[in-house]
Amino acid sequence: MKSLILRTAAPPIVGVMLLFSVFVLLRGHNEPGGGFIGGLIAVAALSIYGIAFGVETVRRAIVFHPLAISGAGLLLATLSGLVSMVFHVPFMSGLWAYPVILGQEVPLSSVMTFDIGVYLVVVGAVTSIALSLEERGED
Amino acid sequence: MNVADLTFLALCLPFLGALAAPLLTRALGHNAAWVLALIPVAIFAHFAGFSADIARGGTVTGGYAWVPSFNVSFSWLVDGLSLTFILLISGIGALIVLYSGGYLKGHPHQGRFFSFLLMFMGSMLGLVASDSFLMLFVFWELTSITSFLLIGFDHQREAARRAAFQALVVTGGGGLFLLAGLIVLWNIAGVTQFSGLMSLGPVVKASPLYLAALILVLGGAFTKSAQFPFHFWLPNAMEAPTPVSAYLHSATMVKAGVYLLMRLNPVLGGTAEWQIILPVFGAATLLIGALLAVRQTDLKLMLAYTTMSSLGLLVMLTGFGAPYAIEAAVLYLVAHSLFKGALFMVAGIIDHETGTRDVTRLGGLRSAMPLTFAIALAAAVSMGGLPPFFGFLAKEEVYAALSAFGPRSITFAALVIIGNALMFAVAFAVALMPFVGKPVATPKHAHEAPLLLWLGPGLLALAGLAAAFLSGTVHALISSPMASAIAGEARTVTLSLEPHIGVPLALSALTVAAGIGFYLGLARLRAGIAAALAAIGWGPDRGFDQAIRGLVRLSFVVTRRLQNGRLDTYMTVTFVMVAIVLIVPPFLFGELARPPIFPSIPLHEFAIMAIAVIGLVAVLLAKDRLTAIVSLGIQGFSVAVIFLLYGAPDLAFTQFMIETLAVVILALVMTRLRLSPSDHRPLRQTLPDAAIALACGLGATLLLLKVTEGPFNTALTDFFNQYSKTIAHGGNVVNVIIVDFRGTDTLGEIAVVMIAGLAVLSLVRLRAGSMRRIADNDPEAEEAGR
Repeated sequence: MKSLILRTAAPPIVGVMLLFSVFVLLRGHNEPGGGFIGGLIAVAALSIYGIAFGVETVRRAIVFHPLAISGAGLLLATLSGLVSMVFHVPFMSGLWAYPVILGQEVPLSSVMTFDIGVYLVVVGAVTSIALSLEERGED
Repeated sequence: MNVADLTFLALCLPFLGALAAPLLTRALGHNAAWVLALIPVAIFAHFAGFSADIARGGTVTGGYAWVPSFNVSFSWLVDGLSLTFILLISGIGALIVLYSGGYLKGHPHQGRFFSFLLMFMGSMLGLVASDSFLMLFVFWELTSITSFLLIGFDHQREAARRAAFQALVVTGGGGLFLLAGLIVLWNIAGVTQFSGLMSLGPVVKASPLYLAALILVLGGAFTKSAQFPFHFWLPNAMEAPTPVSAYLHSATMVKAGVYLLMRLNPVLGGTAEWQIILPVFGAATLLIGALLAVRQTDLKLMLAYTTMSSLGLLVMLTGFGAPYAIEAAVLYLVAHSLFKGALFMVAGIIDHETGTRDVTRLGGLRSAMPLTFAIALAAAVSMGGLPPFFGFLAKEEVYAALSAFGPRSITFAALVIIGNALMFAVAFAVALMPFVGKPVATPKHAHEAPLLLWLGPGLLALAGLAAAFLSGTVHALISSPMASAIAGEARTVTLSLEPHIGVPLALSALTVAAGIGFYLGLARLRAGIAAALAAIGWGPDRGFDQAIRGLVRLSFVVTRRLQNGRLDTYMTVTFVMVAIVLIVPPFLFGELARPPIFPSIPLHEFAIMAIAVIGLVAVLLAKDRLTAIVSLGIQGFSVAVIFLLYGAPDLAFTQFMIETLAVVILALVMTRLRLSPSDHRPLRQTLPDAAIALACGLGATLLLLKVTEGPFNTALTDFFNQYSKTIAHGGNVVNVIIVDFRGTDTLGEIAVVMIAGLAVLSLVRLRAGSMRRIADNDPEAEEAGR
């Protein structure tokens, strides 16, 4: 789409949206948000980028094939579930750690990595659908 | 290691060998046969160790629990019957492995062949050693599958593929009958093991389900043992390499059906049904097989049809019920395995060394292949039932069983004499005709076979001779225990080579005289049968093809009806079903929702609902599809706002994103599919579609009203609210449910999301040219195109 307004506005909007998607992902455990929603926001961001600059630009920007991102997410989610086996608790039990980083206690958990996996799966799969449809629509 | 572990190891050994065979063959070439033959030799040695025990009337059992809750075990029963089979399978198996080493020397897939062969050997051993019903069935089907692999070994030829497929369909389908029969037996007797079933014969025979069990079991046995009219797969199976024909399709696998009948004789046998069905089918198979054998000129096909007759004879004897009949079946089964295995291998040698198997194009090979000639003659003499070979003893016993005076015996004796005389003629047609007369030019220059090729048939022919001379030992160790196991009571076989004048010997002489007559008139006989068959013009083999073609055609018609490729048909069917499911049951069962009391709603909520309705009206009025899609988004956003107002921010959040992306993706799909911008449906299509849509909406409304009528159960809400923070350390209950409490569900869901992504990608990537239209699969069009 050759719209000067969109092309000018897209980069800052997309940047903010992607940042926001990560924010939504990470706050999800205590406030509204989470991997699914965050992933959908990221897809929306990438779609806008694709509409403004074309599919090829998006593909270059995300470096990996969208389905590879999706696969990595699924792997990460599965591994987060499997970690529990090391500690002899049932599959998918949430595990928590509270390391102190720079004087601040940071709660880390397998639940969080699982949610990141969900985020990546959604981003990859839906982006793949959107991009492949856009691509064919152009020719 | 105790005996049970060793026996288990012996049963597993062939499968382990199958794993090692390809590597071994890569390292040693065809000489791997020498190493691999040690496997059946070891098995033979292990089980031969039981023979003294079993000769004294004992049995060896053992095993492990498999599915204890269903009383299913992996257990074996070695008695006289299974021991004889095990020794034949492993003994002949060793010789066949050696023979294959010579026969397929230099073949690029020789390792694979050894692997299949050993897998078959393991399956067959498991079959005859099984004590448990389920184990028998599993190994039964495994022999069908390995037979499929071996028949189709030369899979680049269409004939081999067809024969393999046909054998699998017939014997595998028969296996399903067997499974049903075993389940019926299980229900009648309440046991899952043969060792427990043996004493329950009277219970089974008195059951009203007896006939059902009998017919189902016979369905399995008759297909596997190639009884008429299921015989057609056996001659076609000759597409397999000759070692396979010698091993599976004469010496072992085809006898599995006979084995089953013998195994179940104490349980199912002795009734009128048993003594009618088995002899009638057996005798018909015997005669038809012998006639068809005479018709052939291909050495392997001649032997294949005589195998069919021999199986018929065995089935007949098993069910005959006269004194000596069981003993005759035992002797004939052993003799047949020895001489037929040898003759098949001889046919393979002739094919291998001369390049042809057509008996009319062979002659005068005796000077080029004297050793093969001697082996062939020895085997043929045994097959013809002449002394001093084991086949002679078998035939004497057969006639002893038939020589009781009475119309039934005389009828069957006459049939058996004709069948045996025809087999006599075929035996010598295979073993004599190619070797005598003037030498004929053959595709390859004939010379004597190498050691690996003649060793197997040579030893088998010798065994036929030795067994006759050592008949006392053979009877004590093999025949008597086996006959006792089949009869379910102690039997002793005493027949030896000493001449004994009587009716059996006279019948034997008659058979030989008739056989010589048939041999001399073979060419005329062949022409006569060929003419008769041409006049009939139809057989079960053709019938099989017609049945399969009919099946393909039927599936095509059904598929074209159900999957016609038109999206609007799929949508209509789906939504009509949804409407029916939602609307009909509430009316049928009087579960309609009460009319709701309209709650008082604040003004701003009314406004949002109004926006949703306006969005829907806009969808209906939209001139083009893009506008309709965007308008639908208005309705979605309104719903999301309602979620937000009622305290479900996560849901609302997701709904907003989904609506946005849905509009984007639908718009992209539209451009991708190059749909026309506007909707061109005529009124006669719009009205039914609208009716379906309204019906679905009505149904969903009724369902929701009904669901919300009941009191809300807060057990889950309370649980999650209470433990979300304390157990899962999370304040957002919805997210905690998704990633922690029900995390495994989510894992499944994201896997689905990814698969959906893959599916869409592959659908979008499909090139128009590579998409075959459904009409391309039309079997009729395909036939017309040929």
